Amino acid sequence: MSCNCGKTCAPVDDAAHACTADDKAKCGCGPSGGNFTTAGTAEHRDSTSVHSVSSSEAGGKKLTGENFTATRNACKLCAPLGACLAFRGIEGCLPFLHGSQGCATYIRRYMISHFREPMDIASSSFGEESVVFGGRRNLFDGLNHVIEGYEPAVIGIATTCLAETIGDDVNMYVKEYISADAKRVNLPHILRVSTPSYAGSHADGYQWAVRAIVDQLAVDGPNEKFIGIFPGMVSPADLRHLRELMEDFEMDFSIVPDYSDPLDGPVWGDYHKIPAGGTPAREIAKLGRASAVIELASTIADKQSAASLLDEKFSTAVFRVGLPIGIRQTDKFCNVLEQITGRPLPAKHDAERGRLIDCYVDGHKYTFGKEVVIYGEEDFVVGMTAFCCEIGLKPVLCASGGKSGKLSECIREAAPELDPETPILEGIDFAEIEVAAFNLKPDLLIGNSKGFSLSRKTGIPLIRFGFPIHDRISGPRTLHLGYRGAQRLYDTIVDKLMEMKQESNDIGYTYI
Amino acid sequence: MAEEKINLLEKRKAQVHEGGEFAMEAEKQSLAGSVSQRSCSFCGSRVVLYPIADAIHIVHGPIGCASYTWDIRGALSSGPELHRLSFSTDMQEKDVIYGGEGKLYNAISELIDEYKPSAAFIYSTCIIGVIGDDVEAICKKVQNEKGIPVIPVDSEGFKGSKKEGYKAACDALFKIVGEDEPDAQKVPKSVNILGDFNLAGEIWIIKDYYERMGVKVVSTVSGDGRVDEIRKAGRAHLNIVQCSGSVSNLAKMLETEYGTPMIRASYFGIEDMSKALYDVADFFDDDEMRMGAQRVIKEEVAKLMPQLAPYRKDLTGKKAAVYTGGAFKVFSLVRSLRTLGMDVVVAGSQTGSVDDYKLLTELCDPGTVILDDTNPLELAKYVKEKDVDLFIGGVKERPIAYKIGVGFCDHNHERKEALAGFIGMLNFAREVHSSVMSPVWQFAPRRAGKKLD
Ligand code: SF4
Repeated sequence: MSCNCGKTCAPVDDAAHACTADDKAKCGCGPSGGNFTTAGTAEHRDSTSVHSVSSSEAGGKKLTGENFTATRNACKLCAPLGACLAFRGIEGCLPFLHGSQGCATYIRRYMISHFREPMDIASSSFGEESVVFGGRRNLFDGLNHVIEGYEPAVIGIATTCLAETIGDDVNMYVKEYISADAKRVNLPHILRVSTPSYAGSHADGYQWAVRAIVDQLAVDGPNEKFIGIFPGMVSPADLRHLRELMEDFEMDFSIVPDYSDPLDGPVWGDYHKIPAGGTPAREIAKLGRASAVIELASTIADKQSAASLLDEKFSTAVFRVGLPIGIRQTDKFCNVLEQITGRPLPAKHDAERGRLIDCYVDGHKYTFGKEVVIYGEEDFVVGMTAFCCEIGLKPVLCASGGKSGKLSECIREAAPELDPETPILEGIDFAEIEVAAFNLKPDLLIGNSKGFSLSRKTGIPLIRFGFPIHDRISGPRTLHLGYRGAQRLYDTIVDKLMEMKQESNDIGYTYI
Repeated sequence: MAEEKINLLEKRKAQVHEGGEFAMEAEKQSLAGSVSQRSCSFCGSRVVLYPIADAIHIVHGPIGCASYTWDIRGALSSGPELHRLSFSTDMQEKDVIYGGEGKLYNAISELIDEYKPSAAFIYSTCIIGVIGDDVEAICKKVQNEKGIPVIPVDSEGFKGSKKEGYKAACDALFKIVGEDEPDAQKVPKSVNILGDFNLAGEIWIIKDYYERMGVKVVSTVSGDGRVDEIRKAGRAHLNIVQCSGSVSNLAKMLETEYGTPMIRASYFGIEDMSKALYDVADFFDDDEMRMGAQRVIKEEVAKLMPQLAPYRKDLTGKKAAVYTGGAFKVFSLVRSLRTLGMDVVVAGSQTGSVDDYKLLTELCDPGTVILDDTNPLELAKYVKEKDVDLFIGGVKERPIAYKIGVGFCDHNHERKEALAGFIGMLNFAREVHSSVMSPVWQFAPRRAGKKLD
C-alpha cells in the first residue's frame, strides 16, 4: 500500500502506518509534521486554521478559487519599493520617500532581509499637519538633514501613496528648494519619481523610477560609441554577469541602474554612509548620445519605458528583448549585442553556451514533462516560462501579481511551444495560486520565497528564484541571466528533481 | 575610501547622551530626513493585534502595508492561524478617486464567509484618513449582518509613531472586553498576561510558571490570543503588563472600568523573571503563592546556572550595544548581559521617555552612550567608537553591525527564538555566545586591524 497522495510514497505493508507525516516527507508529497492532504482526497481542515478548499473546488476544475474582492497574500509589493531599489543603483544616491515614516521603515526591513545589506531610506516623516498643509516643509527639512548627514551625490525622491493622494507637487517643491539654495556649490542632483502605490506594483515602481532617472539626467549631444542597458529587476549576481558580458564585447556601456555593488558588497572597516558602486550620474547623462539602448523587459508599457523615452527625445536606437533567461532568450540578447557592436559572441560565452547544451542533454530525462507553476514579477515569469519550456518542463500555470495586460501575449511569444491550454494569470494572489496548486498538482513551484507557505501546505517543493528571498541566504547571489545563469538554474532544478526521484523510492538508488 | 567621519545632525544632539550631565530630550516626532529606525502607527497597532489568531486582519489601503506585514512576526498560536494570512483591499486608482467603501464592504463580508473568524480587525492605512472612507459605518454594517465583532483600527500611518498605534489597538481591543456576560464574577487568584506576543512560544513559558505557583490565567493579550478569552479579560484580579508598555492603555481601561489594578513585569533575564513571579505573589499577599514562586525559581535557576557557566566564561569582559523599540526591554537586556559578564556601552530605544533614559543612565556604567530615536549613521558611529563585540536590535539594525564586522542578535517582534523566562535566558546566552565567539570575525577588517577599503 502506498500513500494516497497519488505519488509514490515509500510502500508500507501495514495499513495503520499508511501515509504518516514521515512517509509524506520522504515521498516529497507532504511536509513532515504537516496536516496537509493533497487535492483529490479533499480533506476539510479546520476552517479557521488555514484557507480551506472545499471538495467541489478540489475535485472540480476550478482554478483560482472564488473571485474575491480582497487580495489575500499578495504576489506583489508597492511601487515605492521598486523606486528605492532603482535609486540604490545610482552612484552616491540616497533613496528618499516623500510621505510617512512607516513606508520607509517597512521597505527597508523588507529589502534588508533579501539583500542582507544596509538599505538606508530617508523619509520626510509626515505628521498630521503635513497631511493638512502639504509636505513642503517636511521635504525641505528632510533634504537639509539628508545632505547634512549623508552628503549624497544624488537624492532619489519617490512619493508614497499618501503624498500622491494629498496632491503634493514634488517637482515644484524641488525647484523651489534648489532656487532657494542656488548659491550652494555642493547641492546634490535631486531626482524625482511619482510612485502612487495604488497605480502599480513594485515592478512598475522600478520601471517608473528608471524612466524618471533617465529623463532627468540624459542630455543630448553628438553620438558616442556607447550602449545603454536597462536590466530590469534582477539580482546583483545578474548585474555582475551582464557587466562581464558587456566588457567581453569590448564596447563602452552603462547599466542603469546597477545595484550589484551597493547591495552585495564586502564587509567594511568603516561604516560607509552610502555604499560604494552604482551607475554614476555622468554615465546616465551620456545615454542621450548613446549609439543604442537595450531594455531587458517584455511586459513594459511605452509610458513606463526608459528606452522609449530616449527614442522620443533623442531618436536613440532601441532594442527591447525580454530578460535573457535560458538559451533562446540569451541568444536574442547576444544577437542584439553582436548586431550593435559588430563583434561575434566572445569565445568564453560561446563555450559556456556549448557546455550548457551538453548539460541540457545530460539532464533532459529528469525534466521532461514535469509540471511547474511559475510566479513572480511579470518579466521574470516570461523569461522563466521560456526557459522551462526549452528544457522540457511543462508550465501548468504562469502567474503574476502585476497587471500589465501583456503577460499572456509576451509569454506566448517567448515560449511558442507552451500548451495553449496553460492558464496565464495576471493580478493574481497567493490564495488563488494555492487553489490552482491543489487542483493542478504540479511537481514543482518556481518563484520567490513568498510561495513557501503554499509549498509547505501542499507539499509541492519550491525552487526559490527571483525576488524576494527571505528564507535563504543566496537570493542576491542567484544568477538567472545569460548562459551561465541558465546553467545555474538548470543545475538547481535538475538536482532537485533527481533528489525527489531518489527519495521517492524505498531502495534509494545511488546511481540515477 | 578614506575614513568617513560621522557627525550628529545638529537637531539630534539633544537626543543623544554621551556622558556628563544628563539633559536628554525624547518623545519627539522623528526628524525628517534623519533615516529614523522607527515605523508608524499602523505598525504599532498591527504588532499588538496581530497575534489574535482566530480573527482576520484586513488592511484597508494600497497593497504595500499588507504585503510588508504578511506573516512577519514570530507570534505562535496553539490553534487557529488566521493571523498568518495577509488580507488587503489593495486599493486601486479608481478606489482612491471614488472611495473604497464598497470594496471594503465586499472584502470584509466575503472574507468572513470564507474563513469564519471570531472577529475582524480593519486597519486604516495612510490614505484612508485622507479620502474619508467611513470605515466605522461599514464595520457596523457588516457586524450587524454577520454577528461577529468587526472592529475598525484607527491606524493611519501619519498619525504618529508606533506608540499611537498601540493606543489605537488598545481601543480596538477594549471594544471586545466584557462583551459576553455583563455580571460575570472575578476568577479567584487570577491574572491577565498583557503585552506579550507569544514570540516563539514565550507566553507558554510564562503561563507555565504562573500556573505552577497557583495563579490562574484568564486571558493573554495578545500572544496566542483568542477573541473569546479577551472578552473575559474583565474577570481577572490583576493585570500583568509586560514592560514594553504596548498594551498599558488597555490595562488602564480595565482598571477604570473593572477596577483591576496593574503591575509591570519583564520576563527577560533571571532577575526580572524572578521579580515578575514574586510581584504577583506579593500582590495577592499569599504565602502559598510566594512559596510556589520560590519553588519555581529555585528549580529553574538550579537547572540554568550550570548551563550558563561555560558561556559566561567566554563572554566576560565583552562589550555590547543595545537598541530596541521599547525602552523597558533595554533594562532587562542590560541586566541579562551583566549576568553573562558583559557590559552595555551603547543603549537606546525608539520610543523611550526622558525618565526612561534617566533610569537607563543610572543603571549603566558611566560613559555609556544613550540614544533616543536614532538612525543608522549614529548607531554605526557609536558601535565603532565603543568597539563593541555584540549589537542587539532588530532586522534593520543587523546589516549595520555586520557591515562593520560585529556580532548581532535579534531581539524584536520578528524573532523566532524564545528569549523569555529562565529557559529563554539559556537560549539568549547561547545566541549571544555564538554571535560573539564565531571565528568569522577574525576576517573582518575591524578585527584584522587592517583597512581593506
Ligand atoms: S502602500 Fe502606501 S502607505 Fe503602504 S507602504 Fe506602500 S506607499 Fe506606504
